[in-house]
Amino acid sequence: MTEVKIKKVLLLGSGALKIGEAGEFDYSGSQALKAMKEEGIETVLINPNIATVQTSDGFADKIYFLPVTPYFVEKVIEKERPQGILLAFGGQTALNCGVELYQSGVLEKYGVQVLGTPVQAIMDTEDRELFVKKLDEIDVKTIKSEAVESVDAALDAASALGYPVIVRAAYALGGLGSGFCDNEEELRILVEKALSFSPQVLVEKSLKGWKEVEYEVVRDRYDNCITVCNMENLDPLGIHTGESIVVAPSQTLSNEDYHYLRKLAIKIIRHIGIVGECNVQYAFDPQSMDYRVIEVNARLSRSSALASKATGYPLAFVAAKLGLGYGLFDLRNSVTKETSAFFEPALDYIVVKIPRWDLGKFHGVRREIGSSMKSVGEVMAIGRTFEEAIQKGLRMIGQGMHGFVGNHELKVGDVEKALREPTDKRIFVIAQAMQQGLSVEKIHELTKIDRWFLHKLHHIIDTENELDQTEGIKNLDLSLLRKAKEEGFSDFQIAKLVEKDFNGKVEEKIGEVRQLRKSNGILPVVKQIDTLGGEFPAQTNYLYLTYNGSENDIKYLHDGRSVVVLGSGAYRIGSSVEFDWCSVNALMTVKKEGWRSVMINYNPETVSTDYDMCDRLYFDELTYERVMDILELENPHGVILSVGGQIPNNLATRLDKAGVNILGTSAKSIDNAEDRHKFSAMLDEHGIDQPRWRELTSLDDINKFIEEVGFPVLVRPSYVLSGAAMNVCSNHEELERFLKLAANVSKQHPVVVTEFIQHAKEIEMDAVADKGEIIAYAISEHIEFAGVHSGDATIQFPPQKLYVETMRRIKKVSSQIAKALNISGPFNIQYLAKNNDIKVIECNLRASRSFPFVSKVLKINFIDIATKIMLGLPAERPHKNAFDLDYVGIKASQFSFSRLQGADPVLGVDMSSTGEVGCIGVDTDEAILKSMLSVGYRIPKHAVLLSTGSPKQKIDMLDAAHKLFNKGYKIYATGGTHQFLTENGIGATKVYWPSQKEMEPQALDLLHDKEIDLVVNIPKNLTSTELTNGYKIRRAAIDLNIPLLTNARLASAFIEAFTSLPVDEIEIKSWDEY
Amino acid sequence: MSAEQRGRLILEDGTVFEGKSFGYESPTAGEVVFNTAMTGYPESLTDPSYEGQILVTTYPILGNYGVPPRGEKDSVSEFYESDHIHARAIIAQDYSKEHSHWLSNRSLGDWLKEEHIPGLYGIDTRALTKHLREKGSMLGKIVIGDASDDSIDFYDPNKENLVGKVSCKNVETFGDGEKTVVLVDCGVKHNIIRCLTRRGVKVIMVPWDYDFTTIDYDGLFISNGPGNPDFAEKTVENLKKAIDKGKPICGICMGNQLLSKAAGAKTYKLKYGHRSHNQPVRKVDSDICFVTSQNHGFAVDSSTLPEDWEPLFINMNDGTNEGIRHKTKPFFSAQFHPEASSGPKDTEFLFDDFISLL
Repeated sequence: MTEVKIKKVLLLGSGALKIGEAGEFDYSGSQALKAMKEEGIETVLINPNIATVQTSDGFADKIYFLPVTPYFVEKVIEKERPQGILLAFGGQTALNCGVELYQSGVLEKYGVQVLGTPVQAIMDTEDRELFVKKLDEIDVKTIKSEAVESVDAALDAASALGYPVIVRAAYALGGLGSGFCDNEEELRILVEKALSFSPQVLVEKSLKGWKEVEYEVVRDRYDNCITVCNMENLDPLGIHTGESIVVAPSQTLSNEDYHYLRKLAIKIIRHIGIVGECNVQYAFDPQSMDYRVIEVNARLSRSSALASKATGYPLAFVAAKLGLGYGLFDLRNSVTKETSAFFEPALDYIVVKIPRWDLGKFHGVRREIGSSMKSVGEVMAIGRTFEEAIQKGLRMIGQGMHGFVGNHELKVGDVEKALREPTDKRIFVIAQAMQQGLSVEKIHELTKIDRWFLHKLHHIIDTENELDQTEGIKNLDLSLLRKAKEEGFSDFQIAKLVEKDFNGKVEEKIGEVRQLRKSNGILPVVKQIDTLGGEFPAQTNYLYLTYNGSENDIKYLHDGRSVVVLGSGAYRIGSSVEFDWCSVNALMTVKKEGWRSVMINYNPETVSTDYDMCDRLYFDELTYERVMDILELENPHGVILSVGGQIPNNLATRLDKAGVNILGTSAKSIDNAEDRHKFSAMLDEHGIDQPRWRELTSLDDINKFIEEVGFPVLVRPSYVLSGAAMNVCSNHEELERFLKLAANVSKQHPVVVTEFIQHAKEIEMDAVADKGEIIAYAISEHIEFAGVHSGDATIQFPPQKLYVETMRRIKKVSSQIAKALNISGPFNIQYLAKNNDIKVIECNLRASRSFPFVSKVLKINFIDIATKIMLGLPAERPHKNAFDLDYVGIKASQFSFSRLQGADPVLGVDMSSTGEVGCIGVDTDEAILKSMLSVGYRIPKHAVLLSTGSPKQKIDMLDAAHKLFNKGYKIYATGGTHQFLTENGIGATKVYWPSQKEMEPQALDLLHDKEIDLVVNIPKNLTSTELTNGYKIRRAAIDLNIPLLTNARLASAFIEAFTSLPVDEIEIKSWDEY
Repeated sequence: MSAEQRGRLILEDGTVFEGKSFGYESPTAGEVVFNTAMTGYPESLTDPSYEGQILVTTYPILGNYGVPPRGEKDSVSEFYESDHIHARAIIAQDYSKEHSHWLSNRSLGDWLKEEHIPGLYGIDTRALTKHLREKGSMLGKIVIGDASDDSIDFYDPNKENLVGKVSCKNVETFGDGEKTVVLVDCGVKHNIIRCLTRRGVKVIMVPWDYDFTTIDYDGLFISNGPGNPDFAEKTVENLKKAIDKGKPICGICMGNQLLSKAAGAKTYKLKYGHRSHNQPVRKVDSDICFVTSQNHGFAVDSSTLPEDWEPLFINMNDGTNEGIRHKTKPFFSAQFHPEASSGPKDTEFLFDDFISLL
C-alpha cells in the first residue's frame, strides 16, 4: 500500500463534452469514484459538467461545479486539503491541469500526492521530444518527427523529411490542430494554426496506409503488466482513431504480429513507469513486421473506455485501485467474481466501433475526415461475425441508415475519388462501389483498407444480391433468410430487398418477415460477455444478441419483474450525457423500488452501459425490431421510454401497437404532442397561444402566408437536400435561395413555415406530472433571445428577469397541457415570452436536456420522482419551499468549432454545441463567470474587438462597451460599431474588414498578432451568409484560439460579469454548501 | 465454388452440433477441447500436444490471416510448431474463406484439406464451450454430409501413449555451442528448440524413451507433450536417474508433470483443462505474476510433492500447480509455455534462467 495513508482524494473531471473529449470521461471518473468509495476514502470532485452521472448524489462526497483550471483547482485544494489527486480520469483537460499544478509547485506546497502514474511519466509521454528520447533509450521506434516552435523551422523540417508530412500540436487532445500537408503552402497554414493552440508543433513523415493498432496496457507498482485489449482500425493510418471504424480484437494480425506488438507495449509501459492504465498506438506495416509507435496516452482515454466496454474489464476502476498501491493480484475479475483481475480478457465475439458525425449541422464545414477528430459520438456493436457487428453498428449510428446496404442511394459523383479522399460517408461509398462492381482489389488500392474487411463487406453485398433476386417475402428461401440474419440484415433490409417496393406498407412487410422468421425458429440468441471466452461462469448480466448461435446464456423466469429502460443511443448534437444521467437515475430508482432493472443501449461512452449499473444490460440496438426481440424474451412489467431522449420516444406508437406496456404517459398522448397538427389543434382548443405556422407545398402558398405574418420566418423543410434542416429567412431573396439550395418543396415534401418573433424571451418548463397533474417543475430562462437553439442557449435557473405574471401564466398553461395530455412522467415545454404574452413553441413528453441541470440546482431529482410515478407509486410532491432558491444556476454551452475546419461559428436555430456545463453562484454574475470560464472562455487582459451588428444590437451592447472602456480595455471596432461607440463617448480604435484590403489596421492582422484577446462579432441577421467579412473574423478567432462571442445578450452578460466581479472574489463552494 | 457440405459434431453424451464443413471431408473422432486464444491457429494445430483432440476455438472468427508457407529454417519448421497438424479437427463459429496477410500463401481450409483434417464452422462454439465447461472434456466425432453417425467410432486419446506416438524416432542435433542440452521429445514444439538454440547451446534431441543418461550433457530439458503423463513411465524412470546425477533440469508442460512424477508427486486430470493465452500465474511467495500460454488437460497435485520439492508457480484463477522446483538443486519446471507460440512471450526468461544454470 501507499506510504501516506490517503483519507481524502481529489478527482479532476473533464468538463463539458467536446469533440475529442466526451462522455467516456464520465464513465472513467464514475468508476474511479466507485473504487475510492469501496476503500472508504473521502472523494472531492471538480467538474462543471452538471449533466454527468459522476456529479450526482452518491458518487463523490463533495462536488465542485467549477472550471478545471489550475486557478480553481488550487483554490479547492487549499480549502479541502486532500492527500491525493487523480489526474488520469478526466481526459486531456485534467491531465494538462495536473501537469501545470505539478510544475508550478502547487501540489508540493499542499502535500498532495499524485496517485497512479507519476507526473514525470506523464510529461515523458506528452512532450513529443521527451517521448521520442525515452523510447530511443529502449530501441523502440517512433515516427520520425521534428518538434518546432516556428513556421520557418517547420518548413525546414518538412523539406528534410520529405512530403507528405503530418503536423501535430503537442499537448492537444484528439488531434486538435493536426493534419496532413502535401506542400509548403499547406504546411504554412496548418502550422500557424497549430502554434496558436500549443507552443510546440511536430512535423513528421506520413505513414499513410499503414495499419493502425492500439493496445490498452495496465501496470501495477510491482511491475506486473497485462494488455487488456487490442484494437485495429479498419481505416488505416491517416484517419484519426476517433474518426475510424475500430474493431476489437484485431482481425488481421497473426499470432506473431499480435504478441510482437503486445510485448513492445509492455516494454514501453515499464520503461515509462506507468502505474495504472495507458494506451499504446502503433502504425504497423501491412507488408512486414515493421512498426512505429504513434503515441502513448498515460491516462484513461476514449479507447480505454471502449476497451472496457468491449471486454468487460473495468479499466478505470482497476487503474484507480492500482493508484492506491494495490497489486493486480489483489483484485478480482469483476465479471466472474472468482478469478483474478490479473489476466487478459478472451473475447468470444467481435466488437465494432463506429464514429457518429454531425457535420450536416454546420455551415461551411469540410466533410473530409483525416487526422483531426470531428465526430461527436460513437456506437459499439457486438456480434459473432464481422458482418453482423458492422451492420448493427451502421444502424446504431442513427442517421437513417439501415445497415451496410438497403439505404437511400447516396449521391456520389466520382466514386473513386470519394474512396481515395474519405468523408464521413466513406463506408457507404464502399457499398456503392461494390454494387457498381468495383473489385475488392481496386477498393483496397484506393482506400488501403485491409482486404479482409473488404471481403467481409463484400459478403453483405453478395447476400444483398441473392435477396434482390428473390421475388417477394413469400418466395424467400429460409436458409437465405437465416444467412441474411447471421450477416446482420434487419427485417427492414430483407423486406426492402425482396419486396423492391413497399407500396406504403412498410410496417406490414417488416411484420411479415418477422412472422416468417419466428414461425421457422429463426431467432436471435442472448449471449453473455464474461471476459474469459466461456471458461468460467459470469456473475454479471452484460448481454448482447446474435443470430450466430443456438442457445441463450440466460434462463428467463418470465416473472414480470423486469422494468426495461431504453437508453439514448449515440451521443450526437442535441442528445448526449444528460440523457445518460436520466437513464442511470431511472435505473437506480427502478432497482431501489424492487424491480429488476434492465437497460438497452449501445453507446460505449456512457455510464448506463456499465454492467454494474443495472441487473441486466443489453448492449444492443434500439430499433423496434431488436427492442421487440428483447421484450419477447424479458416479458417485462413495462418499458420506460421517456428518459433516453428522442430515439426511445420515437418507438412509442409502434411498441404500443405491439401491446407493450409503456410506463408513464401513453403512446397516444406522446403522438398527440409529437404530431404538429394534433398538438396545434389541442392548443387551439384550450385557447393556448402559439406562433402562427403552416405546412405548405408551394412557393406561392409560402409567399401568401408570409404576407400574413411578415418576415422573418422559420423554414423547416421535411426533406433536406444539403446543409442545415432549418433556417430563418428575413426576406424573399433569402427564402428563395434557401429553398432552392437546401430544400425541395412539393406535395411529397411539404415545408413548415413559422412566424419568427424577434426579441422575445425563451423560457423552458421542465416538469414531472402524475395523471395530468404537475408534481414538480422548474422554469428557466434563456439569456439569449429566441432564435438561438435551446441546446445552444445559456440558461438561467431560477429565472432572474422574468415578470411574476409571465411565470404565473407559464405555470397555468403548463398545467392545462399536462392535464390535456394526461401526462404521467417527465415533460418539457418551451415558451416564447414578449411582454407578458406567452406562446408555446414545443412540447416533449419526455425528459429534456435540462433535467439534470434543474434537478441538481434545485436538489430535487426529477427523474427519481418521474420514475416512481411511472412505476405507479404515489407521487411525492416536494415541499413548496424547496422551489425558493437564494442562488442561481447557469447552464452554458460548449462549442467545438476549433475542430470543425471551415464551419461558421455562429449560433442559429439549429443546434451546434457539443456539450454544456452548469455552475452555481450567489448571483447571475458569479454563475455566468464560472460557467463561461468552464467552457473555455478567458477573461481578456488587454484588448477587445467589437463588431456589434444591427443598430438594435449595438444599443444592447452599449452598456457592456462602457464597462470595458471604464475598466481600461483597449477597444478595437469595425466601421459602424466604431462610429456608434465614438458617438457615445467610448474611445475605440477603428479597424478594417478583410474586404477593405487597402486599409490599415486590418482586423485579421491584429488577431494574428495576438493583439486582441476577446472577439465580439454579432452577425447582422440570422441568415447564414457564407464567406462574408464576419465569417472570416469569426473563423480566424476560432482558428487562433481567441475567445469569440456572437450573441449580443450573452456578450453583455459575460462582459458585465467579468467587469463587475474579479475572479479572486468568486466563492469556492461545493454543491452541498448552497 | 462447390456447395458447402453440412457437418455434425456428435458428443459422447449424445449432444449434436450442426455446422458447415470447410476442411477435409472425412469423418474423424477425438477428445473435444476448447481454446480461448484469439490468435494462433497455425501454431495450435501443429502443436503436438493437441494430438488426438478436436480443437474448438471460442474466438468466433477463424482463418483471417491464412496460413504461412511450409518451410524449414535451421532444421526446424519456420512458422509451424511441428511438421504437420496434430489436432484431429478444428471447429469455429465463423470461417474466413478469404484471408489476408503478407506472410500467408493459402487459406486455412486449403491447408486442412492438404493435411486431411476436417474443419467445421457455423457452430455455436460458446454453447459448446459451456457444455464442456459444465460436463468436462468429452469425446466427440465429426461426420460430414450424409454419412451416418456410426460411420466412425468414438476415440479416446487418453487411453493411448500419445507421447510415444508423437515423439521423434531418432536422436537429432540442433544448433551449436559449448554447452550441450539434451532435449527429451515428448511432443516438442519447435519453438522450444528455437528458444534453446537461439541462446547458443547445442541441442541433442532424443526420443521420449531414450536413456539420455548415457549422453554427456550440461543440462536436461523435458518438452511438452500430449495426453496422460502416466503413459510416459519410461521417461520418468530416466528422469529419476538424471535427478540423481544432479545436472540442471528444466521441463515444460508435460515436462513439469514428468519431473513431478520423477520427484514422487502425483498427477490428475483436470475437468476441462487450461487452453488459452491468458492464464494468470503467480510465482510462489512473491508479488510477481505472469500472463501465460497454456495447453494441458492434466495437472500436478502440489500436495503430493515430497519434502525437498516445492511449488514454483500457481494458477491465480483455480489455484492449480503451474510449476515446481527443487529446494536446493538446479531442477525446475513450468506447467505453462514460456516458449509461447502461440501466446504471450512474458515468461521466455525461464530459458535464460535455465541456460544460466549450465
